[in-house]
Amino acid sequence: MNNPPDISQDPAEHEEYAHNVQKHVRGYLTVGALLLAFTGITVALSYVDFGTRKANIGVAMLVATLKAGLVAAIFMHLAAEKRLIYRVLIFTGLFVLALFWLTFLAWYNPVVR
Amino acid sequence: MEIPYTISTRPDTGLWNAKIGIWLFLASEVMLFGGLFSAYIFLRLDAQPGEWPHGLLNVPVGTMNTAILIMSSVTVVLAWAALKMRRYNAYWWYMLATIMCGVIFLFVKLYYEWPQKFEHYGVFLKPSALEKYEQYLGNNRRTEKGMEPRIEISGHLHNPEAIKDPSIKEYEIGLDPVFVDPNNPTNDRPHFLYVPPTDHIAKIEKEDVERIDSFGPWHSAYFASYFTITGLHGAHVLAGVLVFIYMWLPVSKKLYQRNPEHLANRVEVCGLFWHFVDLVWIFVFPLFYLL
Repeated sequence: MNNPPDISQDPAEHEEYAHNVQKHVRGYLTVGALLLAFTGITVALSYVDFGTRKANIGVAMLVATLKAGLVAAIFMHLAAEKRLIYRVLIFTGLFVLALFWLTFLAWYNPVVR
Repeated sequence: MEIPYTISTRPDTGLWNAKIGIWLFLASEVMLFGGLFSAYIFLRLDAQPGEWPHGLLNVPVGTMNTAILIMSSVTVVLAWAALKMRRYNAYWWYMLATIMCGVIFLFVKLYYEWPQKFEHYGVFLKPSALEKYEQYLGNNRRTEKGMEPRIEISGHLHNPEAIKDPSIKEYEIGLDPVFVDPNNPTNDRPHFLYVPPTDHIAKIEKEDVERIDSFGPWHSAYFASYFTITGLHGAHVLAGVLVFIYMWLPVSKKLYQRNPEHLANRVEVCGLFWHFVDLVWIFVFPLFYLL
């Protein structure tokens, strides 16, 4: 869906192809506008008191994850990519979770001040 | 010797090689930034009450830089699409726009945001001296309201020679507005617009001071992680800009004339790197500027 196909060598098909890519371009512009809007929303929400700081952090991270998702899915073409890349990313996700888990473990072994 | 599978796809992977290469590299980058972000979480959770500062960075400038980075992500993907449509002129302009965005981002960081921090000072008071400076701290009201205490007074240091000269017995600080009116509820949360230090000078005796530091990486765990993560991120922006400049120079036009799809693939790979850099900033911005 996100990857325009390779250009045809046949000049007759060229125009139709260019038109096709143009449709993708409109999508990229829409996503760019959405990302800018979400940035504004993130800033605005940080001045709203959600009760606790943890709640504010949660809301901001939710919006950030949404933005990151848009960048990854549309700009980085992950919405329609080959299986091998998904496999690489699944392992990346697992390893990074393990890394955060190590930090979490350290929490139970505090340095006594 | 021709490097295989730079344009055509490998039958077993279904991908051209550089694409797998860049994704493996990005996977290692996730681990690099992941390690730093987990350090950030650990330091933040471990901070004592009042130790993790809020509202010390310039939010409008940070927002502008975020917008610039987002726009550059759009222009780089448009540059790639232009190459796919074989419109080199459009590609050239989009690439130039991307490079300019990267340069502006770095310029704002290195010539505006960072230097300002190195000229701003914070005085950490000894716990026994907090009561003495209550007029600047407003901690009685904060304790009543269940808020974290203030343990630092910050602003412009009028006598920097006092840091090294033992004969000078006090620091003269041109206070940040929050310490001029500490009990004003509007100062409980960070302001959106940056407000510079005032002319209201507070004299703080050295014997009451635990330590004095400028807002550099040595100031606190907060600034240490801020400079480490934004510094590493800035290095990535610089690397991206350098590669884009190469892609934009006439040398790349020669490649385009030889095989336009080859250049398109190169731009796609660099674009993936650039989007990742944007993606990291999407998390850096709220974590350091807003929360």
